[in-house]
Amino acid sequence: MKLKQVSVFLENKTGRLSSVIRTLADAGINITTLTLADTQQFGILRMIINDWEKAKRVLEEAGAVVKVTDVLALEVEDRPGGLAEILDIVHSVGVGVEYMYAFTVKANEHAVLIFRFDDVDKAIEALCTNGVHLISPAQLFQSPCS
Amino acid sequence: MSVCWNDKAGTFHPDSAADYLPLRQLRCLQLQRLQAVVKRAYERVEHFRQRLDSVGVKPEDIRELEDVRFLPFTDKNDLRDTYPYGLFASPMSDIVRLHASSGTTGKPIVVGYTQQDMEVWKNVMKRTFLSVGLHQNDIIQNAFGYGLFTGGLGAHYGAEALGATVVPTSGGNTDRQIMVMRDFGVTAMCATPSYFVHIIETAEDMGLDLRSLPLRVGVFGAEPWTEPMRHYIEEKAGIKAYDIYGLSEIIGPGVATECVVQDGLHIHEDHFLAEIVDPVTGEVLPDGEEGELVLTTLSKEAMPIIRYRTHDITRLIPETCPCGRTIRRMARVSRRTDDMFIVRGVNVFPAQIEAALLRAERNLPHYQIILSRKGGLDQMEVQVEVTKEMLGDTISELENLQKRFAKAIEDVVGIRAVVTLVEPQSIARSQGKAKRVIDTRKEDQL
Repeated sequence: MKLKQVSVFLENKTGRLSSVIRTLADAGINITTLTLADTQQFGILRMIINDWEKAKRVLEEAGAVVKVTDVLALEVEDRPGGLAEILDIVHSVGVGVEYMYAFTVKANEHAVLIFRFDDVDKAIEALCTNGVHLISPAQLFQSPCS
Repeated sequence: MSVCWNDKAGTFHPDSAADYLPLRQLRCLQLQRLQAVVKRAYERVEHFRQRLDSVGVKPEDIRELEDVRFLPFTDKNDLRDTYPYGLFASPMSDIVRLHASSGTTGKPIVVGYTQQDMEVWKNVMKRTFLSVGLHQNDIIQNAFGYGLFTGGLGAHYGAEALGATVVPTSGGNTDRQIMVMRDFGVTAMCATPSYFVHIIETAEDMGLDLRSLPLRVGVFGAEPWTEPMRHYIEEKAGIKAYDIYGLSEIIGPGVATECVVQDGLHIHEDHFLAEIVDPVTGEVLPDGEEGELVLTTLSKEAMPIIRYRTHDITRLIPETCPCGRTIRRMARVSRRTDDMFIVRGVNVFPAQIEAALLRAERNLPHYQIILSRKGGLDQMEVQVEVTKEMLGDTISELENLQKRFAKAIEDVVGIRAVVTLVEPQSIARSQGKAKRVIDTRKEDQL
């Protein structure tokens, strides 16, 4: 259920992002989705990558600091209230969202959202109990957009 | 003594007489005092006795002033190792004052004064004020920090001895400093030069032109500053800005001061014996050559210090000063031999930053200290390379990390630093060892 997310620390300087992306490209690694959180001074590049172990290795060899975190990929119906329902579920069991980002899977009417919860196991339990579809890594990386 | 009265700026005062002693008389006085102080240190301080014994020198071996070179050096470590009272040559009942300065790893050094030492300190600070043309009609605002730091009280007592009116504002609270300066008709200001530039700029923001005030003299010290900075201060504030020199280990402020000629600092040689040595070999260098300043206290009772390695690089100026003073001058201190640096008047060692970073994070990250000068104020930036162990994947975790580092640094060093998180390997290493401090303040000038 849990998905490994690869986070890289970046200084907020021109060329830093491209150098990380280039490292992955040269190693033949595809990025399924990514998001960049940034402040004036630094940023965190978060990526969902099928072969995350290889990604971690090549990035560390290139001198980057890498952190691997457990996140969840949820399928959310692409309609008003789709996300609100999910947030209600986790909120009701006292789980907070550290951050989230979305990418739309074009093949069907669903959006896929990546969540980092402060308590991932409790979130899984609550979501499963309420019938929310958690996407397994296998499913995610088979999707047409990967 | 006629030369004294020829002093162009008319700053001669009977209490400055020691500044004008005929050289033979001065050297004679220095020798007598040196012999007495070495004897005192040898007889009363275990540490000095052991040091002299280890090189087989007895106090009686000092027959000429030049014989001082046979005596072993004293370093800051000696003061630290004997913390707190190990170098005192007077019983505590005779000690009337203690001051302290921060050490590299939290262990400070302590200095003590007898009543007689206080008189000497007062005297040299009074002479300092006289040298820069101040007198009893002046109103002196003292923005040196009062407390364990020797700057505040040292200047305070000297200014009082001068008979001037002292306004003891201590450091900080810039708006109030400016209000006091304006409302009290202050004519002279004691401060660290960088703080005074900050005052200038704050006054500008308040729409106050310092040139319109009676302020005419600035007495600046406790940190290195530059000629361009002097010109800026003099131009912006409409004053004459003077450099003074001192260090707690020796007495505090009052060791040396510029005179109105503004070309080198006169050392109060009747109380302090100055040598310039090769910082590597310890060999004494002739007058005029640049090297490390070594000072011996000639009249200190409570804490005689023999051949103290100041780590300050300067040179003695052999030529007589046009002001007529016979006591020799040293050039402005341009740099140091060790890794200590001074930010806003506070002595900082990289080891302190290291200790602070370790306090905030268990493993010591790679770091670099960048000193710059913005708007007249010293800025200290500490760049820290992020490691796997400390990396979180949320912005707030990283910001908390930054805050933890900044707080630890402020707790240890006492001044604020900007902490910047940088990528691994982004700080240059030379031969496996990083250059810990980058100081661009000279280039920044202001």
